[in-house]
Amino acid sequence: MMIRRWRRSGDFLRSACKSLTSLRQKHNSMSPSVSGFVNRYESKGKTFESNAWNDHNRELDHHSCVGGNLWMMQQYKSFGSSSSSASKLQRNPLFSSLEPRDVSFFNEILGGEKYVVQDEERLETANTDWMHKYKGSSKLMLLPKTTEEVSQILKYCDSRSLAVVPQGGNTGLVGGSVPVFDEVIINVGLMNKVLSFDEVSGVLVCEAGCILENLATFLDPKGFVMPLDLGAKGSCHIGGNVSTNAGGLRLIRYGSLHGTVLGLEAVTANGNVLDMLGTLRKDNTGYDLKHLFIGSEGSLGIVTKVSILTQPKMSSVNLAFIACKDFLSCQKLLVEAKRNLGEILSAFEFLDNNSMDLVLNHLDGVRNPVSSSENFYILIETTGSGETYDREKLEAFLLKSLEQGLVSDGVIAQDINQASSFWRIREGITEALQKAGAFYKYDLSLPVEEIYNIVNDLRGRLGDLANVMGYGHLGDGLIEPYVYEWTSKHRGSISAEHGLGVMKANEIFYSKSPETVALMVSIKKLLDPKGILNPYKVLPHSFFSP
Amino acid sequence: MKILVAVKRVVDYAVKIRVKPDKTGVDTQNVKMSMNPFCEIALEEALRIKEAGFAKEVVAVSIGPSQCVDTLRTGLAMGADRGIHVEASYSFLPLTIAKILKSLADVENPGLIFLGKQAIDDDCNQTGQMVAALLGWPQATFASKVVLDKDKQSATVDREVDEGLETLSVDLPAVITTDLRLNQPRYATLPNIMKAKSKPIKKMTLEDLKVDIKSDIEIVEVTEPPKRKSGVIVSSVDELIYKLKNEAHVV
Repeated sequence: MMIRRWRRSGDFLRSACKSLTSLRQKHNSMSPSVSGFVNRYESKGKTFESNAWNDHNRELDHHSCVGGNLWMMQQYKSFGSSSSSASKLQRNPLFSSLEPRDVSFFNEILGGEKYVVQDEERLETANTDWMHKYKGSSKLMLLPKTTEEVSQILKYCDSRSLAVVPQGGNTGLVGGSVPVFDEVIINVGLMNKVLSFDEVSGVLVCEAGCILENLATFLDPKGFVMPLDLGAKGSCHIGGNVSTNAGGLRLIRYGSLHGTVLGLEAVTANGNVLDMLGTLRKDNTGYDLKHLFIGSEGSLGIVTKVSILTQPKMSSVNLAFIACKDFLSCQKLLVEAKRNLGEILSAFEFLDNNSMDLVLNHLDGVRNPVSSSENFYILIETTGSGETYDREKLEAFLLKSLEQGLVSDGVIAQDINQASSFWRIREGITEALQKAGAFYKYDLSLPVEEIYNIVNDLRGRLGDLANVMGYGHLGDGLIEPYVYEWTSKHRGSISAEHGLGVMKANEIFYSKSPETVALMVSIKKLLDPKGILNPYKVLPHSFFSP
Repeated sequence: MKILVAVKRVVDYAVKIRVKPDKTGVDTQNVKMSMNPFCEIALEEALRIKEAGFAKEVVAVSIGPSQCVDTLRTGLAMGADRGIHVEASYSFLPLTIAKILKSLADVENPGLIFLGKQAIDDDCNQTGQMVAALLGWPQATFASKVVLDKDKQSATVDREVDEGLETLSVDLPAVITTDLRLNQPRYATLPNIMKAKSKPIKKMTLEDLKVDIKSDIEIVEVTEPPKRKSGVIVSSVDELIYKLKNEAHVV
């Protein structure tokens, strides 16, 4: 579903992503620490630098010592891990430092200053992640225009032992897209051409630097939609989406990128161009290597082209905003929705009361669609081809749920404007969190029945100290807040969608066994012996420190 | 008092429209249709007047093909008491619509007729004014505020005009067309959607209303506006002046 810009009395309802990017300037600037890496959070004007410790329990106690002033919106555990590494994390001495001859070389192969960025202001932005939590100290950003240029850059960097960070839209939430120290940033933003589109099969082939929303706009008049949709769509690149195996709002309907990406082209650390750019739906010839790169977060290679299967656009989109009394009703509603709405169900999102309050308080032009304040809110979207039929199906389902008491109130959007405003609430939560101040954000997936227990548990422990809220893609079993141990104990994943980045690099053992991690490390060392691609991220540091 | 609200089914505001290849009109196949935003505002205002106790009944009327019933259902879900669907196989221009509404008004005898100031598909901004003229009723268009006086049987309306705001007092019965800032329409809630299922929608034909639909206007061709030419960056003030003089011919 498209979230379009629209004008009404001079108000501009922007899609959440556009507002997200405009927020970048707001946060206070951070100065880099000695190690080039720092996390800060603010508490009503006071700024703390978090110290290192691993014990989660101690972290909670620390906050209680600080006192009631700390109004974290959500709890966030990166500090526990990466900041322990912040003091322990050292720049790998085997990596070279940038020298003038390197800059000359890049100038020569890329064609001048326009593509070899050393301007401080631009580097400042490129060095800082979207949440302003991580900041590197890179002195150079390269903007290649072709796969050949990417290959030459990497071949050179590998020979010189220069560490690099592949960068796309820089909208990641785990510090995976910015340098940790002085790694050279390779931003593929200029590689933004659509290469081909087959109007019969729906296969789209494009360069990695294409912005997701632009691809959606390209497909729209042809009657197709991208198989993924996320709040950052106005800025994120398809290459980045693929490299992080982004999920998003449409996963429940179209599945993950492992299913919808048909092929890709990637360049490995030594400059080798791997052409795996198939456009076939079925191709069982040898090992399907593209899956290694999907979700590898740039640590195995830089994705330069993507071939993806797009879906026919279905004109009949309906959206309902529902209020439920308790989480059990939400779960039952999910089951009933899948059963009754079946093939037309395209999104099932939930947010709790605290999330709603946050959004209402911090975003403009937003109102609660449901007149009463409830404990939980659900967004149900259907996408199909029969306007009247879908509408009736949704109405019948919701009315039945109302009668059964699963639903306490709800509204159905009557036009695209209303639908946009409902989505604004759900998609605007992250933005509102940013405005609200310090927050910790967890991205977890758990068995559906466990999901909200974690929020209640945390609320019990933290009491007044923090505002704990939960929201997420209930349909996929995802919820945002909580604790790794709790998650691990309940057989969930500590990173459902956002990846490990630098934030959770050392935490992988919560979700994967030592044997599997060891194999991952072997593969990494095979493809990138010097470890120049996005170092310090994804896999535990201990495997790579000299 | 009864309030009659005319609502039109149009291409949804947020849709990117395309002109049909044969240039006879805009392509409406597989395109999302909704109630005209200004009509929504008109209906909302009528509902608020009823809730304030000034009116007993709000009747929504729509003229067009069978899918107009969907639009009327939305109106009923918002809170209108009943709907009237005047069947018509193709879309009419404002004068014909106005004649139909006049016939309806003769039958229903409303104290107020609310319309949106214009439809977002044709942008005519004529229907409300024509209805008032045909009925011989006073009109207040581009309303941004409506205050009723029960005793005096009149309405004080703030109108949005180019120079600012103009305040009119109109005796009832009257025709009011609504502008953007009048109100923010309510959402259709589930309980109301449920109630709407039992509200009646009366079907009427043009023969019933004895309306002459012959139009003096024929749409010859519909084309897209010319594509905007890309701009040019000039290198000096002299070049700018040269271009303004010799190419744009504006100085």
